[in-house]
Amino acid sequence: MRPGAAAAAPLLALNDLRVTLPTPRGPAQALRGVSFTLDRGQTLGLIGESGCGKSLTALALMGLLPEGAQLAGSLRLDGRELVGQPEPAWCALRGNRLAMVFQEPMTALNPLHPIGRQIAEPLRLHRGLDARAARAEALRLLERVQLPQAAARLDAYPHQLSGGQRQRVVIAIALACGPDLLVADEPTTALDVTIQREVLDLIGQLVAEDGMALLLISHDLGVMAETVQRTLVMYAGSVVEDGPTDAVFRRLAHPYSRGLFAARPRLGLPRGHRLATIPGRVPALADLPAGCAFAPRCALAEDACRAAPPPPAAVAPGHTAACRRLDALPPPGAAEAAAA
Amino acid sequence: MTAPLLQAQGLARRYALPRTRLLGPAPQLHALRGVDFSLARGRSLGVVGESGSGKSTLARLVMALEPPSAGRVLFDGQDLQALDAAALRRARAGFQMVFQDPFGSLDPRQTVGRIVAEPLAAQAAAAPAGSAFASPRARLDRAAEVLDAVGLRPGDTARYPHEFSGGQRQRIAIARALVTAPRLIVADEPVSALDVSVQAQVLNLMQDLQDRLGLSYLFISHDLAVVDLVSDEVLVLYQGRVVEQGSPEQLFRASAHPYTRALLAAAPRLDAGARRAPPPPQQQPAPPAAAPPADGAGGCDFAPRCPWRRAACLAEAPALRTLAGGLAGPHAAACHRAEDLLSGVPAQAAESTSV
Repeated sequence: MRPGAAAAAPLLALNDLRVTLPTPRGPAQALRGVSFTLDRGQTLGLIGESGCGKSLTALALMGLLPEGAQLAGSLRLDGRELVGQPEPAWCALRGNRLAMVFQEPMTALNPLHPIGRQIAEPLRLHRGLDARAARAEALRLLERVQLPQAAARLDAYPHQLSGGQRQRVVIAIALACGPDLLVADEPTTALDVTIQREVLDLIGQLVAEDGMALLLISHDLGVMAETVQRTLVMYAGSVVEDGPTDAVFRRLAHPYSRGLFAARPRLGLPRGHRLATIPGRVPALADLPAGCAFAPRCALAEDACRAAPPPPAAVAPGHTAACRRLDALPPPGAAEAAAA
Repeated sequence: MTAPLLQAQGLARRYALPRTRLLGPAPQLHALRGVDFSLARGRSLGVVGESGSGKSTLARLVMALEPPSAGRVLFDGQDLQALDAAALRRARAGFQMVFQDPFGSLDPRQTVGRIVAEPLAAQAAAAPAGSAFASPRARLDRAAEVLDAVGLRPGDTARYPHEFSGGQRQRIAIARALVTAPRLIVADEPVSALDVSVQAQVLNLMQDLQDRLGLSYLFISHDLAVVDLVSDEVLVLYQGRVVEQGSPEQLFRASAHPYTRALLAAAPRLDAGARRAPPPPQQQPAPPAAAPPADGAGGCDFAPRCPWRRAACLAEAPALRTLAGGLAGPHAAACHRAEDLLSGVPAQAAESTSV
């Protein structure tokens, strides 16, 4: 616990966070009231399809929103409000208390600098280490992320490493200053499946050892199920389901969560099996419907759904879904059993 | 029994690497090292493997985009490399390709109609006068027809790629592949860049088209579940060689090669919580997939990563051989211990017998 932190305040608290993006067709509400809290040692995942706002949430809490984006609502770190902070305040946090791992390690690294120097940069910037101490610390970090032959690799360039090794370097940079929060946006999507397993295991192990908080963003339900304690399903800029990962995947209370799950190809389906699809397509952010954003694609939608956005409703203790028709959705497994 | 539509015989491809020494031969990368398979009409062959396994090289050789260093590709009984340039161009009407990235594979400055009709224009240029699609009008009509077949509107020919979502763009790419009425589609990771619900729509479409048009697919993917769904037969590639070959049921329910098992074990699963506890630190982390070694390196390529390895595996490379036992149907694996895997001998038992 850092000095000055309010004793009761969670590490990270988002309350009704909203992001408006300028588009050629006028301002679009890209994030429409996202709320959650995350504490040290906890792991939370955001899942959803392109454009649902999961990456935008991550960028908002790193202070990296695109130019012209407007942030509203509340985003607190240890009780301190970050919405409306000037850029220098963000710079002091980023790479220090907040760290991020991106999807594509080749573009996250600078191809012109040796990796040792890139790891040393946040150490010199935030912790004021001299060149020699920073290099020694960079080596320790590379060993910690289990890069083979770390000492010989300090002066290697990113192109001399494989994709999985590059992602280990990116993780080493993120860990350099001992952040309180690690944000990982699709950290393994560009990697082979066996390498993905190693990188996910590494992230899980480091998060547990350091007691940081992890915010994982992924479109892969399997990655989510295996990595985080709590899962938020997002659709069109809103959280539609929120609960303990096991409960969310067991219950799939929101019709969108159910649809996403059913559309996923899984091993053992008979050849030629038709996958369930969600009719229609994700609405453009500039013209979202007035009511539930999922209503136009939802078989259960009724007039009330189209009239006003549904508030989160309790499914079980600590598990909510933003749906008026929770009772109408058959218990999970019933649909599959009927189809079989 | 008719001849298969597509056959690969001893297919190999080497690439020269930059010289490391001024004198002496340039080192070579063996991207593909002797691959055999055949694909019947109306059937699908799935190809699975990680980056560097040779999947995309295989696709380029089958598409005759580059010549094999050894071996042959027979399309409809014809050796593609034996054809002269004009004949090869005409033959290309029979096999077309769908790429992974629906954003990079469509020219943003051309209308969808022109993109989809382009293979016809290439055919018209290659064919002797009198081709059915000699006029731009006829080509555009055909483009509208295939757009309709993939679930887009015929009127979309006048629009541009940026007006479409990722899933719609992949439909455009499929329409372009279908426009010459091919019998074979080579699809290299066709759904990897798509969201889950869109991926399902495109997979359903590809299966519908196969049923309706009698297409054969060479379907390349890193996603085992996708390959399981669409394939009649599956090849698992590792460092340029086929290490296992069989039906999806055989490979994914009773696999006989440790690499196939490693792929299955690494795939994230939904039975939540099973792996969420931080894993115990590995005593010996499996080394990452290395570049294929130069010829002459003895032993099995997978041995360094293999929990079933024993001394023989380091000495002698296993050949791909047909297996008895396991599930019915032809099933082949390149592993000295394939029978042990099939009969359920645990990997640990191998450790005691290894060096």
